[in-house]
Amino acid sequence: MAQIAFSNLRKSYGKTEVIHGVDTHIEDGELIVIVGPSGCGKSTLLRMVAGLETVTSGEIRIDDRVVNKLEPRERDIAMVFQNYALYPHMSVFDNMAYGLKIAKVPQAEIRERVAVAAKMLELEPFLERKPRQLSGGQRQRVAMGRAIVRKPAVFLFDEPLSNLDAKLRVQMRVEIKTLQRRLGVTSLYVTHDQVEAMTLADRIIVMNGGVAEQIGTPLAVYEKPATTFVGGFIGSPPMNFLSVERLQGSGLAASFGEAAPALAKTVGVRPEHLSFCGEGQAAWSGELVIVEALGAETLAHVRLDDGEVIIVRLDGGRTAPVGESRVHVTCEADKLHFFGADEKRID
Amino acid sequence: MSGMVEKRGIGTWLTHMSLIAGIAAICFPIYLAFVASTVTQQEIARPPMPLLPGPHFLENYGTALSQGINSPVWLMLMNSSVMALGIAIGKIAISILSAYAIVYFRFPFRMVFFWLIFLTLMLPVEVRIVPTYEVAAGFGMLNSYSGLILPLIASATATFLFRQFFLTVPDELIEAARVDGAGPIRFFVDILLPMSRTNIAALFVILFIYGWNQYLWPLLITTKPEMNTIVMGIKQMFPSGDDVAEWPVIMATALMAMLPPVAVVVFMQGLFVKGLVDTEK
Repeated sequence: MAQIAFSNLRKSYGKTEVIHGVDTHIEDGELIVIVGPSGCGKSTLLRMVAGLETVTSGEIRIDDRVVNKLEPRERDIAMVFQNYALYPHMSVFDNMAYGLKIAKVPQAEIRERVAVAAKMLELEPFLERKPRQLSGGQRQRVAMGRAIVRKPAVFLFDEPLSNLDAKLRVQMRVEIKTLQRRLGVTSLYVTHDQVEAMTLADRIIVMNGGVAEQIGTPLAVYEKPATTFVGGFIGSPPMNFLSVERLQGSGLAASFGEAAPALAKTVGVRPEHLSFCGEGQAAWSGELVIVEALGAETLAHVRLDDGEVIIVRLDGGRTAPVGESRVHVTCEADKLHFFGADEKRID
Repeated sequence: MSGMVEKRGIGTWLTHMSLIAGIAAICFPIYLAFVASTVTQQEIARPPMPLLPGPHFLENYGTALSQGINSPVWLMLMNSSVMALGIAIGKIAISILSAYAIVYFRFPFRMVFFWLIFLTLMLPVEVRIVPTYEVAAGFGMLNSYSGLILPLIASATATFLFRQFFLTVPDELIEAARVDGAGPIRFFVDILLPMSRTNIAALFVILFIYGWNQYLWPLLITTKPEMNTIVMGIKQMFPSGDDVAEWPVIMATALMAMLPPVAVVVFMQGLFVKGLVDTEK
């Protein structure tokens, strides 16, 4: 159980700065997901907390203790790696017990703690097996068991589910969330998968180019993206972006045009807030390019007159106006997001 | 596996015939040596040479083991074993440690050291034998086990091999060990060493045979018969001048000299294959 605080945390490799000052405070027991595209610095940030990367400047505190210079083992953390990083020559039991053995925990207690974790993770039948005799999901569980038995103050997850197939990923996602709730251990979780971020997180840190673009609860990030990047990254299919001029030129200029703040440059609108309408109410018009019927939802790709493609999300039951080559799209004025020239949100 | 390349009739025969012919060509001289070690000197000297084993097996091997010609064969076998084991174990210990240092520690001139070690690959024993002898003699290591072992104990090949293996060990494993609280020594002993056991087994086979087969170096460094190794000892059993060669005893010695390397190969091969099957990175 611990709080974590970053203050003006920076990391450089030589002269290249890859993390440009991150500030945040993580509450006791929170599950924070750091999400972003590859190369955004999310893994580096996590590894700095783990003590596997040095801190160039700024501070990391775990429970008011500055840990910048501490070795990983002195930080009271446990980490789950992307490729599990299980010791191939050790049994599942030994893998889980290794950290405790080094910490000179008495044998009886090691056995008890491993037994508890194995029970929690349903690994009891596999304790004598070697990692290579396990399936991907089981290896993942062992990696988590290794973290749990240490009873650390902080869990660190580095894309732990990215090597699993889609179905297992969903299942393990739920398990991780349940486990974290039950143990109440403060956790940092890195992923590039925005669905994972949305479903797991108490709060999300969206990173881009070494900057934390937005920190907030999943819904806050979804409903009020702080930048165009966040709007485009969180949500699938992503938010549609169009220029404000285009909106003002539309047939509904009166209602939309005034909704736009003076400095707005870009307007963003979620696919689910768009709907088809008659020509009279159209905010945008274009040509229906493709319709993806996914069952629960249907995605209609519309190429607007200037060539840009926007996605309209419809409920699965409703079909897009197939056959009509020319379609008209509208949305409610309060569902529009405006962004300035600096790509930041304007409210 | 079956049916990948399936041959029928004449093809199978041809394959087997050529394999059997090859094996026979290799085994016949060894068989002949065995025959020669079970008969008397007179029977060998009188042509044609016998092709079936004689009744003097125990007598000839007993003579070889207990008396030999210059020194008893059991003593030379022991000397060779000590030397080969010393070289194999010493080489593995030194090279695995130096590879560990080069791969996992950032110290000044790391690459310089690596290339220096690598350069010595180009200097086999024969090239540096005179200065090496000078140094060994200066340390008073003539006619001693340390003199037989130490000058041959550093190995660039093994260092290079372990380095290549260590480079394939995923970084995440090291990081996991660090998070688990393992320092450099624990990581080496608990994780790297067990993971290297396949390589160690393979190297042991190669290096043991390398050590066992040393000829030139023991010839130089040992002058007393009781320090002779078996490989040089066989050569010294050959008669000089008008002496009569004791061929049955020499052949018995030659065959006994073959046994330890064969035993190492046979025994370690099992481990080696098991290691290959077991290990996964």
